[in-house]
Amino acid sequence: MKPLTIALAGNPNSGKTTLFNLLTGSNQYVGNWPGVTVEKKEGRLKKHKDVTLTDLPGIYSLSPYSPEEVVARTYLMEEKPQAIINIVDGTNLERNLYLTTQLLDLGLPVVVAVNMMDAVAKSGDKVDIGELSQRLQCPVAEISALKNTGIDRLVSLAVSAAQQAAAAVPVKLGQEVESVLTQVEEEALPQLPKEERRWYALKLLEKDSQATEKLALTQAQAEAAAAIAADFEAEQDDEAESVITTARYEAVTALLKGSHVKKDRHALTTSDKIDRVVTNRWLALPIFAVVMVLVYYISVSTVGAWVTDFTNDGLFGDGFFLMGNGRAAYEEKLEEYSTAQIYTEAFEQAAQDAGVNLEAGPLSQQARTLTAAAQFMGEDSPEPERTEQVTLAMYQQALTVAEPETGDFGTWVPGVPVVVGGWLESLQVAPWMQSLVVDGIIAGVGAVLGFVPQMFVLFLFLALLEACGYMARIAFILDRVFRRFGLSGKSFIPMLIGSGCSVPGIMASRTIENDRDRRMTITTTSFIPCGAKLPVIAMIGGALFGGPWWFTPMTYFIGVFAVILSGVLLKKTSRFRGDASPFVMELPAYRVPGAGIVLRSMWERGWSFIKKAGSVILLSSIFIWFISRFGVADGALRMLEDAQMDQSIAAKIGGLFAWLFIPLGFGDWQSSVATVMGLVAKENVVSTFGILFGFGEVSERGVEIWAALAQHYTAVSAMSLLLFNLLCAPCFAAIGAIRREMNSAPWTAFAVGYQTAFAYGVSLVFYQLALLLTGGAFTLWTAVALMALAGFGYLLLRPEPKGVPVGSAA
Amino acid sequence: MRTLRDAAIGETVTVARLLGEGALKRRIMDMGITKGAEVYIRKVAPLGDPIEVKVRGYELSLRKEDAQMIEIHPAG
Repeated sequence: MKPLTIALAGNPNSGKTTLFNLLTGSNQYVGNWPGVTVEKKEGRLKKHKDVTLTDLPGIYSLSPYSPEEVVARTYLMEEKPQAIINIVDGTNLERNLYLTTQLLDLGLPVVVAVNMMDAVAKSGDKVDIGELSQRLQCPVAEISALKNTGIDRLVSLAVSAAQQAAAAVPVKLGQEVESVLTQVEEEALPQLPKEERRWYALKLLEKDSQATEKLALTQAQAEAAAAIAADFEAEQDDEAESVITTARYEAVTALLKGSHVKKDRHALTTSDKIDRVVTNRWLALPIFAVVMVLVYYISVSTVGAWVTDFTNDGLFGDGFFLMGNGRAAYEEKLEEYSTAQIYTEAFEQAAQDAGVNLEAGPLSQQARTLTAAAQFMGEDSPEPERTEQVTLAMYQQALTVAEPETGDFGTWVPGVPVVVGGWLESLQVAPWMQSLVVDGIIAGVGAVLGFVPQMFVLFLFLALLEACGYMARIAFILDRVFRRFGLSGKSFIPMLIGSGCSVPGIMASRTIENDRDRRMTITTTSFIPCGAKLPVIAMIGGALFGGPWWFTPMTYFIGVFAVILSGVLLKKTSRFRGDASPFVMELPAYRVPGAGIVLRSMWERGWSFIKKAGSVILLSSIFIWFISRFGVADGALRMLEDAQMDQSIAAKIGGLFAWLFIPLGFGDWQSSVATVMGLVAKENVVSTFGILFGFGEVSERGVEIWAALAQHYTAVSAMSLLLFNLLCAPCFAAIGAIRREMNSAPWTAFAVGYQTAFAYGVSLVFYQLALLLTGGAFTLWTAVALMALAGFGYLLLRPEPKGVPVGSAA
Repeated sequence: MRTLRDAAIGETVTVARLLGEGALKRRIMDMGITKGAEVYIRKVAPLGDPIEVKVRGYELSLRKEDAQMIEIHPAG
């Protein structure tokens, strides 16, 4: 038997994905349709390994407009699968069968699968499958993909339809349309095989040039078809396309009369009742806020943060206590030990200052009465949090406190870098090789895997929200706000998650179907300050502005403002032009989501992150490891000590670009090196400053260097530096995610380039105007900044250029 | 003539004609809003736009701006 291909077609929300998973099991291949970012899935039928099943995108029609529709019909017309399985939602037959009437016109064998028959039975409606099959003149199977019933019969119907290869019988569209179709077939299309004529006749009437351009009609044929269409339209006083669409729906209504009984058309279903509350005029926004807080709290703040911390600090850090046993006791001892350290250091320093000998012989009177002030530093201020007086007795007591050993408190599992590092050391591997493996590769893999748990938690939520029907309501509730900025209501979730970390935020944009809205969301999500930018914000705010309470919130406003400005600005550019996608959207019935499909969707998205974004992140981690650890020192390229960072290749690159930042107020090499290091991870900006200003390792917010920063920068130049770092290209991990979601190198380059150019413009305008307003002289750069501002203003306020027709931009 | 935009919440109307052309009109028709179709206006989104209607047994949302393209007369 020759290998067969069967296509699976149907409306969105008809249960197509569930059926596809049922039919193919784990035997799937996921890719992309050529030229578009629409996902393509193929698999082999479970019990017929020689049959390939191609999952077409979920569509309502075979129109030539959305990328999904174009992909589906191009595939059906050009690849000609041996049969089509058309899945229809039994609870929504009228609209679902509209697509069926189009599929039956293609001249291919069709099997209709009426899904959700369990829900139909429950609601008290009746569908007479036998009658429907007779009227459609094609095999109809009654199934429930969720409950896994009727599937075997569907498969055998589909396989035998494919083997018999009998073209489906089209549904008649009424006397007038039928006669004009016959006319077109006879006069323009006699050269085509019989079963293909009807489809092309329809397309000629509908003036669907995309479908008919390959026909190569003679001039006479084309003119005949055009004349018939013109006569028909004049007679009907409407476009042929509209007449045909209306005729299709009328045919469907006639089909259903007698084969489908709705129990009570006006009774409220459970879904209607839920919707009454969930999208209620007053309750909708509060309910939305609660759902979002829950999603954020669980996937970012609690569960997400726990697993991420465990992966970063435990598995890929020093190590962890098995099951957490002994951790509390260990941490208590550790605290005690660090207090003792501060006591001894302070006392010894005081003794040294006073010239008192603490080491040899009996202690002098002076030593006995000596007290020292031990300072405990806080996180948020360069001033000590508290000061304690240390006496000799306290000092001697402190000397007896030993550093706690992890092994004494429970089962300590060392982290991967510790184990591998120790192993490499025992093999006496060259230091640079050890560093490559531990700081380059393992840290790189760790950086990827660190995101994974959080990503899975988030994807689980997204899958739940989508499967239960709430995601469509989010778009419904927020459309009014977001469409002004060229975004979709569904852009809210990526932005919200992006305030934790841009990587899952960008990945969350997957739920936006429209290409334009999705790309816009991907490009702007990283403007929202992520968790890793907070230390940088705290450092600048603390060092130069005295750490006021409004400083961090202000940066969020800047982020939101950057999103809005970019949305307005970009939607007028040729890349994003075109009328906003028509917001004619189905609000699917609320459903209890099936566990299988939710988990599968979570897994597929998570796995695609590991595969696609992961490889980019891993490679760039190794690259960054190399340029930041190696440099030309003492006349040769070699690995550097931590303190020699200013000689690294990264520092040299930073120094090379430093002049670029002169008009922004931070043209010193330290700033540009810190900015470049920020590409690895934004919090690195703080630690890089620590090293570059000679303070070695600093705490998270770098309080140790605040004084140095305050001397190095003015308030204006520091703010400019912060603005640039907030808005410019995100870290490599986020760029990897952008690459994955854009699925296109040029679009990735555009997004990163736009972000950086936008950041540069904002910093330039801010710095130069702030200088001018604080009494600086008017320089050439002030003029450039004013011109840049005028340019911004023009791009923002110019009238929207006339758009190309919806969808054709894709 | 009245358009779908003018219809009150809770009203059931019949589509008389669709104005406009191109992709948007096609999309609206593909979703089942064709001449003679019965449309029930269910609600308006909390922020005043878009609207939610019931047509051909399912729920559809569309913007008021687009609803203006749909001419209606009272059901029946």
